[in-house]
Amino acid sequence: MGERTALYQQHLDAGAKMVDFAGWDMPINYGSQIEEHQQVRTAAGVFDVSHMTVIDVSGDDATNYLRYLLANDVAKLDASGRALYSAMLNNDGGVVDDLIVYRLDNGYRLVVNCATRMKDLKWMAEQARGFAVAIEERPRLAILAVHGPQAIEKFCATLESDKIAAVQALGNFRGVELGDWFVARTGYTGEKGIEVIFPQEQAAALWDKLLAEGVKPVGLGARDTLRLEAGMNLYGQDMDDATSPIAANMSQTIAWEPQDRQFVGREMVEIHRKLQADGMLPELTGLVLEERGVLRHGQKVITDKGEGVITSGSFSPTLKHSIALARIPVKSESCQVDMRGSLIPVRIVKPNFVRFGKKVFE
Amino acid sequence: MSNIPDDLKYASSHEWVRIDEEGNATVGISDHAQDALGDIVFVELPEVGTTVNAREEVAVVESVKAASDIYSPVSGEVIAVNEALVDAPETVNSGPYDDGWFFKIAISDEAELADLMDAEAYSDHIENE
Repeated sequence: MGERTALYQQHLDAGAKMVDFAGWDMPINYGSQIEEHQQVRTAAGVFDVSHMTVIDVSGDDATNYLRYLLANDVAKLDASGRALYSAMLNNDGGVVDDLIVYRLDNGYRLVVNCATRMKDLKWMAEQARGFAVAIEERPRLAILAVHGPQAIEKFCATLESDKIAAVQALGNFRGVELGDWFVARTGYTGEKGIEVIFPQEQAAALWDKLLAEGVKPVGLGARDTLRLEAGMNLYGQDMDDATSPIAANMSQTIAWEPQDRQFVGREMVEIHRKLQADGMLPELTGLVLEERGVLRHGQKVITDKGEGVITSGSFSPTLKHSIALARIPVKSESCQVDMRGSLIPVRIVKPNFVRFGKKVFE
Repeated sequence: MSNIPDDLKYASSHEWVRIDEEGNATVGISDHAQDALGDIVFVELPEVGTTVNAREEVAVVESVKAASDIYSPVSGEVIAVNEALVDAPETVNSGPYDDGWFFKIAISDEAELADLMDAEAYSDHIENE
């Protein structure tokens, strides 16, 4: 038996098929992954992502510590509640993890991946030497993500009236502390929505209220196809400790300015950037197969400039054909994928396929 | 628990076989197999008239999770395929034992049917897999 979130029984009651996910018993779907995917694209779905790791960082040096630890710059978070996506790099310029960092009234909150929990905590502790910071894991917090065009409206319908205005006022990548709840406009689907981080004892009550509003439970299966359509990376698949963020479509998330900010891995990723400009480091791009068949993780890619690999591939329920993220030589113009022994031509596109329910690539 | 009808024969690779009045074999995949695959998004069928051997790959299903070969449980000639699956592959998920059938075979060696499992043996097979 694996670890369970506070909503384990709710998942079973909703008909979940449970699978092991990095040591946790988690819902992969509640019947049909495709229906759950469409639910998020067209209405509203709720994901229990309480298995993810919440880490609070506080203390006099919290800002300076995170400016050193993360490739993006928390100095951009000029108000409480604001959120930032960042890579956490190692000394070789590989990606230890990707995460969201929120500025709180008192310090910062990081949400990191579940499978990388131990490694991240160890790395963060090592990097904290010399900084006056407290790093505290918050395992008793639940996280629900409510996403879809109707998500905010339906989430607000479950709230006490004094909280509604604060949530409605939130812009994208902004959050607000409401008592012991933290509510933010962040997510992993390419749709509007909120993530709420709150005491796990209250999770079942909110879950039941959301379902009563017509929000449907969505499993990790649909979470993966939604994030892939949105062109978002999955740690361990699209990048890892041995992958440069430059080769993982994460250059835009690195704060290069100010140039005198030293952050872990900076020297290496500056070299990687030059290497890529010279065609010596691959890039992560999108692939589209408009015919039958499904592109899959690990399939070999052959372009006019050399070889590559599919890092994430699936059927896109929104587009009704297959899409993928692939690491291939830069400036590749034509591309074929080795699918079960046959070389199938595919189209190279920007790694972003669907936003707000609509196709976004040319 | 997955649904395992008593009147069918099963292969260890999770296909089922139904013998009709003319002695032909209709082949599909079990409820257990469709559930394990998840939502099916493409089905590739053999051509009518193809001669196939037992345990030979004759069709492919692609689900959101994986691509999977479908093996013919018996030898013979493909006499019909379920073209409706090309446009509605999800039928395999919703009706694995009826509208979700894959192909029909005119059996060339009836003795091969003895190699297949009955419902009880298949149920044990799933449990021990």
